[in-house]
Amino acid sequence: MNATAQPFQFVTAAYLTRIENQRAMTMAELLACLGHSSDAAIFYHTFQTLGQHHFLTEGFSNDFAQWVLASLNQPMLAERLASIDIRDYVSIAELRADLRHIVAEFCESYPKQAEQSAFEPFYFCQAVEVTRPLPWDAKTLAGFRAGLERLSHASFYYHFVASRLRLQLRTNDFSHWFEQSLGLQELAARANRIDIYINTIDTARKELIGLVDREIIQ
Amino acid sequence: MIATPETVPISLDHYAPLVGAAEIEELRTLAGPLEGAVVDMVNSTAVGGGVAEILTRLIPLARELGLDARWHVMEGGPEFYEITKAFHNALHGNVCNFRPSDFEIFLDYNRRNRARLPLDGHFVVIHDPQPAAFIETRPLAEKQTWIWRCHIDLSRPDPAVWNFLEPFVSRYDGAIFSSPEFSRQLPIPQYLFYPSIDPLSDKNRELDADFIEDVLVRFGIDPRRPILTQISRFDRLKDPLGVLRAYRIVKRYFDCQLVLAGGGASDDPEGSAVLAEAREAAGHDPDVFILELPPSAPLEVNALQRGSTVVIQKSLREGFGLTVAEALWKKKPVVASAVGGIPTQVIHKHTGLLAHSVEGTAYQIRFLLAHPDIAQRLGEQGHEHVRENFLITGNLKRYLTLFLHEHC
Repeated sequence: MNATAQPFQFVTAAYLTRIENQRAMTMAELLACLGHSSDAAIFYHTFQTLGQHHFLTEGFSNDFAQWVLASLNQPMLAERLASIDIRDYVSIAELRADLRHIVAEFCESYPKQAEQSAFEPFYFCQAVEVTRPLPWDAKTLAGFRAGLERLSHASFYYHFVASRLRLQLRTNDFSHWFEQSLGLQELAARANRIDIYINTIDTARKELIGLVDREIIQ
Repeated sequence: MIATPETVPISLDHYAPLVGAAEIEELRTLAGPLEGAVVDMVNSTAVGGGVAEILTRLIPLARELGLDARWHVMEGGPEFYEITKAFHNALHGNVCNFRPSDFEIFLDYNRRNRARLPLDGHFVVIHDPQPAAFIETRPLAEKQTWIWRCHIDLSRPDPAVWNFLEPFVSRYDGAIFSSPEFSRQLPIPQYLFYPSIDPLSDKNRELDADFIEDVLVRFGIDPRRPILTQISRFDRLKDPLGVLRAYRIVKRYFDCQLVLAGGGASDDPEGSAVLAEAREAAGHDPDVFILELPPSAPLEVNALQRGSTVVIQKSLREGFGLTVAEALWKKKPVVASAVGGIPTQVIHKHTGLLAHSVEGTAYQIRFLLAHPDIAQRLGEQGHEHVRENFLITGNLKRYLTLFLHEHC
């Protein structure tokens, strides 16, 4: 396989959690906070959750759903919030709007429950991302495969999950490179279909390596 | 006589088999731009306590990564430590009475220690309230970052102490808390750093099965029958009597044993009383083992945890409760109270089971004893959760990330 002129630069990403001064004790307060919280906070409680609990394949699709279930015992609302798939979003503004829409609908339909106090407050946090290029890149698919195996969980998460917002496309860094630099549209599409909700980061990586291996053999 | 496993000097590479070579490589990459950066860490004790335990390992690892990390311990007389102990209790929400002179003594020791210590590093990390007032004499001309690392729960502080400390804390460039619940409304950035355990310390490293069995047998515990264990000092807030009541409920259904093991009773009047109460409540039950361990018995604690079928942490109130992380790291199914930092570690039905009462604790233990496959899965997921969030390497990474964030 030929080398590309645009190598894939592997990056390491580290995340700090910054605790905001906002907290919510009721659904009504959550709705208000969802209006003013920073984009970084929305990112933290939706995208970041997948990175933090990447070894689990159930629950935790986002922190809001988890809090609604565990602290407010509202499973129906929790299920609606949990059904939000971050792969459908290319901007935090869209994601925020949908979160607010679901919570607002609940507050309007169930005004008493909207004021019900939770067992524990919801503490708004935000992610602070720090990235550094790793000392290796990939010019070929074989080189890419080798690099992929060396990636930490955080780096894989950065390229495969967090990248969607950075690219503002419904894709990830890997698929983007397969398509744009190697011209491998089919591999790009298959990689993008790997379900991050029913995989752990390790199994998602394994699935991706399997796809790359098949492409190399072909 | 039990042989003590040998110890070896620890370097970052020793952690690679536990956290993955990629994580270690990542630490090295992150540390690259920080090479030569001077980091001053200050706390109030060189030995004993969780902070000293963390710094003992964190400082050499940071140095191995090329940072010039220094550890300074403040000095104080008995009067200072009496006051700071009272501050500690008051910040945890206990009612204490302070005289104006107490605050003066606190400041006097802070000023004297500050004058003694250069603290000219690029990053200065002050641990806990004891040296918090060092910030008072921060040189404004120097381009430094000062961080206050608070290891205690400030969710319900005594206003007298917090109102005194808050103006100092607000002068830092940032503060670090162990849980969002422990933080305060402050005008400075607040960061979340979980406390950490060292997987290579005597308390947490792998042990031979023979060694574990030897320890159990030495204490008279039958390794072939289920063992329920709570490791904690003898303190009412750890609810040892509640654990005994839960055990009695479980005992109706399973032929199990209970181990309550902890230290600190001999030099603590309340601890001695709680230990006596626990012994009295246990009566002559041959399957209850109440073990008063010496202040430092990490291998015994490790062996007891590893030899357990279920680990319990039935606290009524808790700081972060790192004994839970220790048990999870050993892949043990944990039943714990939903208090303090425990729910951060025990994610109900994912990394362990939470309970809110004696009856609930007993029910969850019975459930785990009846479903060893689920117990095993929870233990394994708990282990992954600790690997990701509560190991010393993760703590080091958070510091590097914070320094890089401040540096850029």
